[in-house]
Amino acid sequence: MSAQVVELLQRQIESLQGAPTRLTVPLHPAFDGLVQLRTGASYAVDSASLALGLAAGASQAGEWVGFAGWEDFGAEAATQWGIDLRRTVLVPEPGELWLEVTAALVDVLKVVVLKPRTWVDAKSASILDARLRARSSTLVVWGEWPRVEARLSAERVVWDGVDHGRGRLRRRALKVAVDRGGRRSARDVLLP
Amino acid sequence: MRVLVAWCPDWSVTAGLFELAETDGGDGAARAASDQPAAVLSGNMVEVCNAAARAEGVRRGQRRRDAQSKCPDLVLLGANPERDARYFEPVLATVEELRPGVAPIRPGLLAVPAPGRYFGGESHAAALLAQHLVEAGIWDCRFGVADDLFTAEQAARQAPVQDCVVVDPGTSAGFVQRLPVTVLADITDGGAEGRELADLLRRLGLTTLGDFARLSAGEVSNRFGSFGLSVWQRAHGAAPTRLGSRTPPPELACEIGFEPPLESAEAVCFSVRTTTERFVRGLAERQLVAVAVRIEAEADGVVTSARTWLHPRCFTSRDLVDRVHWQLQAGLPNSGLRSRQDAGAVRAPIERVRFLPETVEPAADHADGLWGGGADEQVTRGVARIQAMIGFDAVRAPVLQGGRSVADRQATVPWGERPVGLRPLDRPWPGRIPGPAPARVFPSPLPADVVDEGGRTVAVTERGAVTGEPWRYRIESAWTPVASWAGPWPVDDAWWLHTDPGEGRGRSARFQVVGVDGRAWLLVWHRDGWEVEAGYD
Repeated sequence: MSAQVVELLQRQIESLQGAPTRLTVPLHPAFDGLVQLRTGASYAVDSASLALGLAAGASQAGEWVGFAGWEDFGAEAATQWGIDLRRTVLVPEPGELWLEVTAALVDVLKVVVLKPRTWVDAKSASILDARLRARSSTLVVWGEWPRVEARLSAERVVWDGVDHGRGRLRRRALKVAVDRGGRRSARDVLLP
Repeated sequence: MRVLVAWCPDWSVTAGLFELAETDGGDGAARAASDQPAAVLSGNMVEVCNAAARAEGVRRGQRRRDAQSKCPDLVLLGANPERDARYFEPVLATVEELRPGVAPIRPGLLAVPAPGRYFGGESHAAALLAQHLVEAGIWDCRFGVADDLFTAEQAARQAPVQDCVVVDPGTSAGFVQRLPVTVLADITDGGAEGRELADLLRRLGLTTLGDFARLSAGEVSNRFGSFGLSVWQRAHGAAPTRLGSRTPPPELACEIGFEPPLESAEAVCFSVRTTTERFVRGLAERQLVAVAVRIEAEADGVVTSARTWLHPRCFTSRDLVDRVHWQLQAGLPNSGLRSRQDAGAVRAPIERVRFLPETVEPAADHADGLWGGGADEQVTRGVARIQAMIGFDAVRAPVLQGGRSVADRQATVPWGERPVGLRPLDRPWPGRIPGPAPARVFPSPLPADVVDEGGRTVAVTERGAVTGEPWRYRIESAWTPVASWAGPWPVDDAWWLHTDPGEGRGRSARFQVVGVDGRAWLLVWHRDGWEVEAGYD
């Protein structure tokens, strides 16, 4: 335990000294063993809940998180994931300046969730990648992105609690598939 | 110490007429001085009325209907102690200019230490005050000078309009003892107790304060308690006079003029920097910080842009400079998304910017923790940069609030503003959908279709039953078969707001629908179709 703490502190010192280290970002327990977020990388997801979940760990650890381009943001769902709304920045409609806005968010926030409105070319993505590495931040893209560390997708979602006019949605079981540049792994996750 | 009391009779009526004239756009002073009968009502009873109304037979304590039958053109005003105090503030300031140490007793009544010889005697001083007050629009003001506060107030009540009654030194007791006991009903610190005592003394056969003063102190204390004893002391002219003089409020507002007027927001922001620092420092010297500031910008001698800004913590000088920038740019068309070329232009050359603190709080309440808020400060600066880029309103802070529908249960406020007017979260809110909250909440519902097996649109009957089992749904384009569904949960919302039953949305009901692809939606049925409110994506 103490060796881990020493290692963590050493990495933080290195990052403060400007060394190109890649810190791990705290994650929600639901993603344990599935994926490990690192600073300076981008991750793609295909579902809003997964995007909220990836940002939740950092927010619970006291970091600031931001959401760009997400005009139908569900604040209550974010709270249920454990995101602290007091440390949340929301830019619902960045418009044409989405690249500049995301870059400015990356400058100051630990985890930035972006929902790109249009197709993103590799050049814009590489600008953001460089910024991510320089600022030790993590980008989670809800949608398509040219180059990502890992792509998470929700498969085989089964909702529990509804039955043709009776009950209500209670929880869901889903299989989260992680695609790391061709290597695939998957695991069943139960979300409340 | 000699005391001068200034009394403005029926101040509630005067203040009410001032306010009425302000909302009508007329001259408040002219209206207050006119002979229009007016009365302030509280709980359907006349509380205060002016002389014109009294001449028509309106009395205090009269019912509204009786007062109106006595005087049909009576102007009725609502009771509002804050309004009375607000309009009395300029009167205090006017008197303060001539004689410092003003003690406000209540709206309409103030006391100052009487200037002995400075203005050439006490009655001359009162005449001078009357002149200044009349110039300020207060037509009905009366003055009294005596050795103690009680006597001076009674003297002011006997004075004619804009005149003064001076009770010579040492003759207070004689003056007070000639007064009837009914004056006790109106004394400031008495209230109901004063009215009761006046009534009791009258029934005991003591008609003047002199009769009351001839009782012994012990008897008064035994029979009438501490209030009676304090009145007895006043009747002997021996009441202690303690004036709670107010300190004039400090001037905290700051302004800066530009000569020649500046044409770009950047130039204005650069120039106001020292003024904002002076503003924040002026507050800090009094251990205060501003949490709400009104910024006014003047062009061509008129205020072209004025806005109150709230801050979630407290304003620093850099925050104020940012607010000036946003405010000057907000007036422009298409301010949300500007090209870089026209950024910074303002509508008219700005010649003056003014900062008015609207709400100040003690600095100790907003002190940084021991370890500071370094990271937060960095975030604030970074977000301010985005706001400068795409507009103040484009960056939001999400907050939760109470409500029934999912869209009602959340709100966003512009980053850097304080949320106001949120519904409380700790109420039960019957009708809300429990369970996991949807991750996507559409700001305005999207159109949808839900049909049953035969292709007919599913509806809900008056008894709350579905006309058919949902079979397929369509949200954007493609139809998706329904895997499972829950509902209907009838929505019984705000039907009373629509007087015409055909005007509102009428009956509606919510459903949770899960498609075969595993996506779940929160749909709502109205009489005129289906909509999707949120998605459990």
